Amino acid sequence: MITVENLSKKYGKQTVLNIETLEIPTGRSFGLVGNNGAGKTTFFSLLLDLIQPSTGHIENNGIQVNISEEWKPITSSFIDETFLIGYLTPEEYFYFIGDLRGQNKADVDALLSQFEDFFHGEILGQKKYLRDLSKGNQKKAGIVASFIGNPKVVILDEPFANLDPTTQIRLKGIIKDLAAKENVTVLVSSHDLIHVTEVCERIVVLNKGEIVKDIKTSTETLKELEAFFAG
Amino acid sequence: MGFFGVYMLVVLAGMGAGIYFILRKAVPDQSPMWTLSQYLIYWVLIELFLRYFMQKLPVMDIKPFLITPVKKSSIAHYILGRSAASVYNVLALFFFIPLCIVLLFQGYVALNVFMWLISMMAIVLTINYLNLLINKSNVALTILATVLVISYALDYFGIFSVKEMFGPIFHALYAYPITVPVPLALMVVMYYINFNYLNDKIYLDAKLKAKKAQANTSDLAWTKRFGDLGTFLQLDLKMIWRNKRTKSQVWISLLFVFYGLIFYMQDIYDDMMPMKAFLGVFMTGIFLSNFGQFIPAWDSSYYSMMMSRNIPLRKYLESKALLISVSVIFMFLLTIPYVYFGWEALAINFGCALYNLGVNIPVILFFGSFNKKRIDLDQSPFGNMQGTSANQFLIMLPVLIVPILIFTLFYYLFSVTVAVMILCVLGLIGLVLKNTLMSKVTEQYRNKKYGMIAGFKEKNS
Repeated sequence: MITVENLSKKYGKQTVLNIETLEIPTGRSFGLVGNNGAGKTTFFSLLLDLIQPSTGHIENNGIQVNISEEWKPITSSFIDETFLIGYLTPEEYFYFIGDLRGQNKADVDALLSQFEDFFHGEILGQKKYLRDLSKGNQKKAGIVASFIGNPKVVILDEPFANLDPTTQIRLKGIIKDLAAKENVTVLVSSHDLIHVTEVCERIVVLNKGEIVKDIKTSTETLKELEAFFAG
Repeated sequence: MGFFGVYMLVVLAGMGAGIYFILRKAVPDQSPMWTLSQYLIYWVLIELFLRYFMQKLPVMDIKPFLITPVKKSSIAHYILGRSAASVYNVLALFFFIPLCIVLLFQGYVALNVFMWLISMMAIVLTINYLNLLINKSNVALTILATVLVISYALDYFGIFSVKEMFGPIFHALYAYPITVPVPLALMVVMYYINFNYLNDKIYLDAKLKAKKAQANTSDLAWTKRFGDLGTFLQLDLKMIWRNKRTKSQVWISLLFVFYGLIFYMQDIYDDMMPMKAFLGVFMTGIFLSNFGQFIPAWDSSYYSMMMSRNIPLRKYLESKALLISVSVIFMFLLTIPYVYFGWEALAINFGCALYNLGVNIPVILFFGSFNKKRIDLDQSPFGNMQGTSANQFLIMLPVLIVPILIFTLFYYLFSVTVAVMILCVLGLIGLVLKNTLMSKVTEQYRNKKYGMIAGFKEKNS
């Protein structure tokens, strides 16, 4: 469960994010859509305590993120390729993340084996450093790394961008499974309305830092979103 | 590069200004210019040798030009022109210009000195372009190294004097200003060979392609013995070993073991104890300052990941401290042979090493929290000022100057023994208080977290 109260972020006089209240219950897949500059990444950065809120706060499972660090063991995220360590191989990176979350090699290997399809033979055993992988493959590695260590909250910023069609479809399956079977709260942001409506049970539209729509996904949702963004 | 780079520039300029007098004193029976000319052949060979490791053709930046209406020949000229402005060439200026000024004051003919300077710069550029040609070839390197060693051996054992063979040639560049077209022609020829070679190969998959190294994985299982620390220790070791910039820091640090030789071998420094304290702090702490001053900027490219993951900041910092401690101890062990120059050398180095371990490590980690400038690990190591800010110069003060001042004070008030003891005691106090100090440092990193994250994200600072 994630609770947001009176949250705002200002740079100088410009307000980039202003959310009065927002509640995301456990075990849901939650989508965030909006144009560039709508405040999606700002929201995720606040959630991960990478930037400080100007007012208000976020609670992650009862822990206020800018005061305590106790949310870190239950939260895991992949925002962009700066979350990867370029001079490690994908395996080494997975084991490193595993180490941080108290998972030994065998645990990590067991988890990775579930994603063989997703990797499509391009990640493991390639003898390449992460910095030498293509953008799409880097993304795959980063996304899977965020599943390591049984997190309760998974945050993925633009997970579908740069992925090939097959992988996009597989990722949609993975995200749905996570929320449904394992009771994980998955937060996804995307520019792709079709993907978001397929994956997320609830979609929030941000525009210039404000919540303008909060929709429980139904068959009508895609049309509604398209109408909104067509302006 | 940081303060180390500035230090090098100052030393070079100092050498340039001083070499005339040094040579006049060392070889009184011939003109300093003549002596210098004899050694220039070694300068050329050594510079070629060093550049092989340090200087690479600047290739990757031209990708955007390929699809714009710019002629390929212009691109080739651009690449070669840029390499002429490289730091390595500027370094030579820092040496030769002070030297030429001294020569003028010593009453050397202005025309000759000026033409000689032009010749020297032409030679520097010739070396520059020659290096670009041979850079990829290991054979060339082997030949170069062999020529260097054999010539020096021939000279040293007096079998055949390479110095005397090349001396007149280089001296002619000074004595007869009319010869200046010779090095200039050499430079132009080298430039055109390079140009022709490049011009044909401006394609993404030919010359431009950066080599992708095959990853060699090692699990460094022994780091597990350090428990929680092992995770970070392993990461740090991989970082140092797999990135150009960090790796070169290791080599530079190792080379600086020989730095002491320059001073210990000269009688004038025999009684200058503060100088020896400087050497002690510098040699045992070279890795400490070179690597330590940029903590945690080394991790800047993925710092936001580190901060959003479950990372015990304390362990992260302790791993860095451990790594630097090992380097200090290792460097101290390497400097033990200096005991040949008197027991003081060993004692002072020991005191300085202890001071580095106990005091300087927490100090440099503390100042690291002020680092807000990003470092891209895979950029070339030399002449790279990335990540450098005023902070780097502030660090110099407590790390290098303070121990020397303390030493000097107690040396003049009491004796070498007391001064060394004081350094040791300070170091030991630091080691005893290690936990408290590290807690303070950790707290500092926590407070500065947001500033660091924001700073490390700015790519062009």
